[in-house]
Amino acid sequence: MSEELEFLLSLVLSGASIGLMYSLIALGFVLVYKATDAINFAQGEFVMLAGLIVVVALSFESMPLIVAIAIVVAAMIGFGFGLERVVLRPLLGRPVVAVIMATIGLAAIIRGLGPVIFGKEVRALSLPIGDEPITLGPASLPPIQVLGAVVAVVFFIAFSWFFKKSRMGVAMRAVADNQQVAQAMGINVERYFALAWAMAGIVSALGGVVWGAMLGVDVQLSLVGLKVFPVVILGGLDSIGGALVGGLIVGIVESLAAGYLDPYVGGGTKDFAPYVLMILMLMVRPYGIFGRRQIERV
Amino acid sequence: MFHRESGVFKTTYAADMALYPLPIAKWTMIALAVLFVLVIPLVVHEYYLSILNLIFIAIVGALGLNVLVGYTGQISIGHGAFMSVGAYTAANLAVRFDLPFWITLPAGGLMAALIGAVVGVPSLRIKGLYLAIATLAGQLIIEWTINHVPAISGGAQASIQVDRPSLFGFTFDTQGRLYFFLLFFAVLAIIATLNLVRSRIGRAFVAVRDQDIAAEIIGINIFHYKLLAFAISSFYAGVCGVLYTYYFGIANYEQFQLIVSIDYLAMIIIGGLGSVLGSIFGAVFVTLLPIAIRIFMEDVGSLFLSQGELANVISGLRLAVFGGLIIFFLIVEPEGLNRLWRNIRSYFRVWPFSY
Repeated sequence: MSEELEFLLSLVLSGASIGLMYSLIALGFVLVYKATDAINFAQGEFVMLAGLIVVVALSFESMPLIVAIAIVVAAMIGFGFGLERVVLRPLLGRPVVAVIMATIGLAAIIRGLGPVIFGKEVRALSLPIGDEPITLGPASLPPIQVLGAVVAVVFFIAFSWFFKKSRMGVAMRAVADNQQVAQAMGINVERYFALAWAMAGIVSALGGVVWGAMLGVDVQLSLVGLKVFPVVILGGLDSIGGALVGGLIVGIVESLAAGYLDPYVGGGTKDFAPYVLMILMLMVRPYGIFGRRQIERV
Repeated sequence: MFHRESGVFKTTYAADMALYPLPIAKWTMIALAVLFVLVIPLVVHEYYLSILNLIFIAIVGALGLNVLVGYTGQISIGHGAFMSVGAYTAANLAVRFDLPFWITLPAGGLMAALIGAVVGVPSLRIKGLYLAIATLAGQLIIEWTINHVPAISGGAQASIQVDRPSLFGFTFDTQGRLYFFLLFFAVLAIIATLNLVRSRIGRAFVAVRDQDIAAEIIGINIFHYKLLAFAISSFYAGVCGVLYTYYFGIANYEQFQLIVSIDYLAMIIIGGLGSVLGSIFGAVFVTLLPIAIRIFMEDVGSLFLSQGELANVISGLRLAVFGGLIIFFLIVEPEGLNRLWRNIRSYFRVWPFSY
């Protein structure tokens, strides 16, 4: 294999593993949008909050990792339920802009209070998986990326099964499709709304663990949430598979941009390329690759 | 503003849309003008003048955002970036070509209007959340561009020093002098917006907001008016950015990050969407809030916090209180402070007889 090709392949592989980690976070966004039509601008802050909780839980002596993860999952589920009850439910039926603003407000609250309560220094979150890079063909990836990618794939399989086969998943799809008809069929719509937010909480909890382990936990961790938007726009807002594909595309594009363009413009294209891609997508096909096209009726 | 009528006696549309519904309204305006032009600058201490100056700048930006969000119903999370476009345009013109403010200020506004209209182009195809995301991308792309192109940002710190504005040899260099400079533009922006929203354009905006398909059917060119709303709104934002630049004497992209866009959204939500008075209330409230929090925390918080922690707590608390207020107003009083003001007024309209 030529050196050129090897470079390309290693970029693609490392981009893909990062991309899968993006799609893990994007999954939380898609779950909420799919079920409740609410846009969660605070997804990155959810991840940051989860990361903070894990770090604090692990800072106690002799706290096993698995218990800490159980704590954060439970905490984020509770947070999701509470959030739906306090903030989102009063806004039911209000214009979409109101919900967007409310989640922006929520993001501000979490980002503001996080450092006040937990301190603003960067905290390391170390998982017992070693630092030895894992060699995968031409690429050598840090183990945390591989772990993140594996977690993401597991979640995708689990949620795909959930929506396709389980009773609750089918009910949730019904709610997403048409709230009034779902209610007429005896589905407790509000309960499923709360459930969707709780599921977003679970995904964010795991996202917080893997992203926190990779980047360290502080306010900056919430910036990961900004990458959610290119992912979900590319993949389609209400498609779980779309989040996966969108994440892969964004991760790979980022990695290629960083590899090929950075030397010419002096760095930072990584944070730039996904948004350009997203704007193009919005112009051409706003509902994304797998998203449902919405037809507006008057 | 402060008067109360004994009933509704209007018989023409012109009377209904008049800026001064009663002669007394004109007198209150004159009284306010005297207060702001003659009394306040003489009586008030320089520190409070500097706060007033910040409020004036915020009013310009909030009015612009309200034209877009409140009147036209489009959302923008990119106003911070539009401000930076105005700020850097003016700063470059002022430093490289030595142009006076009365050229750089409209130039900054126009440049921001141009960029804003470009960012607004997707609004023709997409709306609501898609538009929010598109403008968010606009914000991040503009931020990145300014930060990475030295030709715009003027070097390593991405900041440009600018001299204070001067007119006919008179330099607005102290807070007291800047007060008049900024007051002029705030008043100009208020009057312009008041007249904009009761004109044909303003009514078209409201029609687009209420139901854009219906608006199209009654003959409003949505393409035209949505872009116009973005352009006008970004023009205000650009001017606001220029004013910040002249006020601080420096253009720096860190003043115009995403958080600023959120501050301005908070202003118009707290103040009241779709109302000029609401934008002013919001600008006052959101500018005063961090100062109030700081004073409160310095008094109370210093009892149990060290100096370093205090700064951290204040900045975090400020953000959290903003977020909380946005959510609170959205849930409890979607029409904001303006609505509360109207409630108070209509209570006194029939006072002391409640029915």
